[in-house]
Amino acid sequence: MTVVEKILARAAGRDAVKAGDVLEPKVDLAMSHENAALVINQFEAIHEGTGIEARPWDSSRIAIIFDHRIPAESPKTATNHKKIRGFVAKHGISKFHDVRGDVGGICHQILPEYGYVRPGFVVVGTDSHTTSHGALGAFSFGVGATEMASAWTLGYAVNIEVPATIKVVVKGDFAPMVGPKDLILHLIGVLTAQGANFRVLEYHGETIRKMTTSGRLAICNMSVEAGATSGIVPADGETMRYLREEAGVTDAITPVTPDPDAVYERVVEIDVSRLAPQIACPHTVDNVKDIGLVAGKPVQQIVIGSCTNGRLDDLAIAAGILRGKKVAPGTRMLVFPASGKIFGQAMDKGYIQDFMKAGAVVMNSGCGPCLGVHEGALGDDETALSTTNRNFKGRMGNPKSEVYLCSPAVAAASAITGVITDPRHA
Amino acid sequence: MSKVIIKLEADISTDDIYPGRYMATVLPTETPQFCFANRTELNEKLRAGQFPKGSAIVADHNFGCGSSREQAASALKGYELTIVARSMSRIFLQNSINLGLNVVLCPGIEAEEGHDLDIQIDKVTNLTTGKTFETVRLPEARQVIIDAGGLVPYTRKRLMETVR
Repeated sequence: MTVVEKILARAAGRDAVKAGDVLEPKVDLAMSHENAALVINQFEAIHEGTGIEARPWDSSRIAIIFDHRIPAESPKTATNHKKIRGFVAKHGISKFHDVRGDVGGICHQILPEYGYVRPGFVVVGTDSHTTSHGALGAFSFGVGATEMASAWTLGYAVNIEVPATIKVVVKGDFAPMVGPKDLILHLIGVLTAQGANFRVLEYHGETIRKMTTSGRLAICNMSVEAGATSGIVPADGETMRYLREEAGVTDAITPVTPDPDAVYERVVEIDVSRLAPQIACPHTVDNVKDIGLVAGKPVQQIVIGSCTNGRLDDLAIAAGILRGKKVAPGTRMLVFPASGKIFGQAMDKGYIQDFMKAGAVVMNSGCGPCLGVHEGALGDDETALSTTNRNFKGRMGNPKSEVYLCSPAVAAASAITGVITDPRHA
Repeated sequence: MSKVIIKLEADISTDDIYPGRYMATVLPTETPQFCFANRTELNEKLRAGQFPKGSAIVADHNFGCGSSREQAASALKGYELTIVARSMSRIFLQNSINLGLNVVLCPGIEAEEGHDLDIQIDKVTNLTTGKTFETVRLPEARQVIIDAGGLVPYTRKRLMETVR
């Protein structure tokens, strides 16, 4: 069995499963953000007229993290926040992260950071980038609000088809200024935006083994951009190190690894040793090009941060490039660390000062600029270069603008010049 | 019979269908007004409402890619449209089934705006061109949710069985 087949077999109480089987796996963790407001509506609708009290199956397995619209940009959002806080208090949901500078942040960073996700878990989240948590060896996938309400009610996901798995084997060492973000952009370009639809991407190879959890999170995060149900890195020594040393997990952890005779739908092999920095051009994430083909393009807004590339190593790379330099006139730069904890660490290491002195605007940890809700909307005919994960038309709030996606190194090098710049030549 | 009122290209994202800035709106009665809000001509066409119930949107591959936001499905459902697409993203397809939006997977579909379609469970016939295209049937596991009228009534039924 593949890793996901093993996880699902365990969660569904079966000895063995194969792709295509229909199961009802127990949910180990159910994550929502502000759209918990809609989940609560549907949860109450399910119970309506049954005479059964609307209580979640297990409040300890629910996580709610405010991140999409924080601090509230409108009375409507503030009222949604208030409603969710009431639900959290009523049902004693302890894995709740409110709008806070210390323990707040983006859901896909908070879950790993606080040790909420473990290898072998089945994780559902009302966010498509829930694929991120495969970085810790969990089967983690995005669902809509009604599907979440159903999971809150029953404690399992109804009628789940075991997805087929594509094995991705990555070898070679990255050149300087090239890294995990360039790999995942390249892979999405190879697979196309729907190439992994209904499938899992299981990552293997020496390059993945040597990669930190931060890099693996970036790769699993964007697996959904190839349509994948989930991305997953089988848990290894690095996973254990992260959970023990960074997430402070002290109880037993049981890694899950694929069988040698696991059945894969196909195998994709990638050698990153000659990979150039990659750019996803408007308006689809699979419109990926080597940086040489787009270098020199003027950009008005640079964005560094998000659940994809807002971790400490991402900020370290960007701060290192920007230190003692200035953001180009005519270009504005926004930095939003993925969590309050990372923000604090970046302050301690002086990265925040580097950004501020260079002229960047450092913002609270949240999703605002990435999805065009608030903060960092683009003007007509403006171009943004961003370390976030989507460049659909209108993604940063204006359908008459363009978004290019890149690594933190490319973003930082380009902030200094005001045009898309290869960090290897900066 | 379904009249094709909108024809769309491949990779229509849920950001296209329902932009992120309207995500604080969650009530199904309120979401339709923001459907295709970034594409003014489509938004206005839907809001004008000059089309019969069951009219169709025909789309190319990977319809509904991107975000899991359920508003994308509820906004379309508000207009009682049928979506015929060559393929759909997993989450959007599931959200549509869960909310009772009528979706049809038809890999070979060829149709233009103004064409009339006869949509059956196993095939779609373009009555204007006379061509017929096979559909991909949904797995039985999905069909039970459709048959129950969506995931809310389906889960309610399962909950009642559990308690009994």
